[in-house]
Amino acid sequence: MKVTLWGTRGSLASPGPDTVRYGGNTSCVSVEGPEGTLLVLDAGTGIRVLGKSISSGLKSVHILLTHLHMDHLQGLPFFEPLRIPGVEVHIWGPASTTQNLEARLMRYLSPPLFPVRVRDLLSELHFHEVSANTMRIGEFCVTAQLIIHPNPTVGYRIWTSHAAIAYLPDHEPALGADDFPHSKEWTSGYALAQEVDVLIHDSQYTTDEYQTRRGFGHSSIIHTLLFAGLVGAKELVPFHHDPAHNDDVLDQLITQGIEAVQPSFPVTPGKEGLTINIG
Amino acid sequence: MPQQEIEVILARHLAEHLAMPIFIVNPTGDLLYYNEPAEVVLGFHFDETGPMPAKEWATVFQPVDPSGQPLLPDDLPLVIATTHRYPAHKNFWIKGMDGALRQIEVTAFPLIGQADRFLGAIAIFWEVPA
Ligand SMILES: [Zn+2]
Ligand SMILES: [Zn+2]
Repeated sequence: MKVTLWGTRGSLASPGPDTVRYGGNTSCVSVEGPEGTLLVLDAGTGIRVLGKSISSGLKSVHILLTHLHMDHLQGLPFFEPLRIPGVEVHIWGPASTTQNLEARLMRYLSPPLFPVRVRDLLSELHFHEVSANTMRIGEFCVTAQLIIHPNPTVGYRIWTSHAAIAYLPDHEPALGADDFPHSKEWTSGYALAQEVDVLIHDSQYTTDEYQTRRGFGHSSIIHTLLFAGLVGAKELVPFHHDPAHNDDVLDQLITQGIEAVQPSFPVTPGKEGLTINIG
Repeated sequence: MPQQEIEVILARHLAEHLAMPIFIVNPTGDLLYYNEPAEVVLGFHFDETGPMPAKEWATVFQPVDPSGQPLLPDDLPLVIATTHRYPAHKNFWIKGMDGALRQIEVTAFPLIGQADRFLGAIAIFWEVPA
């Protein structure tokens, strides 16, 4: 499978000369299977450029939303395949306890927040709710599971017989766990990320920043490295960078984290445009 | 051991930070976790015992009603919460591992996650001052 990062920023798009290397677009990752199935993980602002790069012969695409925070959703109406008649677009994501996925999405995709309504989109839209299930999408198996982040949020494990990745862009496994990483059994996200070839994981904060932002739903780079070690990931891609961290700060943060934790696996900084071929 | 459900992990984190005794059981009543204040009531430590099957931990106490009659397991709040998925409350007496007789109030409620996933139950104990 081919994994490409189209948006790596957390919380708010952050374009500018200081963020050109890591990128300023918010969360979006594409996963292409050997038989041509296209999965899009989250619909942050990075999805716009992905949409432009897709060939005109596209018949169907699956967008897997982890949750409906704006940084994971804002690019959705700018995804070109949604405007092409006949293209099947499947949107997967968590419901809330009182509203289904479509109703939750319509709160953003309707005036006054956005001028175009869901029903005005030209593609064939299908909504699928996930919370804790495994589904078959083309040549992929995809497991969704709730993870620690405010409002219902899932992470995804995507695998074939040859390779597995886990995508947990917004995740605070250290919340409430004074001695993190505590144990495999009692760690949020463990089952999703266990021994994956590539783990794409939230690394929004420095250790100092985390102290004042407990409960916001994100991890420090040290937590991310410890989590990746606990789950036995074969490669870590730190992701969902804080808008206040420019390229130089991110270089430093990741280098210092690696020096402190001495991971036994490679760490590939999550930069916009990065492509990884697995399996 | 597979990973616990996220709601159960969060419940444990909350219990670790609270001062009331709390028990967390899985859908079949096996004791998954109890916090430090619960260790005082039980008379042993979670780090030493780990999780316990329902049969084992339910016999640790000898629950009796205010008139001294043994309580049937089906009358215990945690059993009601797991078998009927319904909240329950009761006042009764127990004898812990230390042999002391204690009067307690117990409130138990089922844990039901999104998509109607039944995840187990939580019981909170109050020791009634003598
Ligand atoms: Zn986010
Ligand atoms: Zn979020």
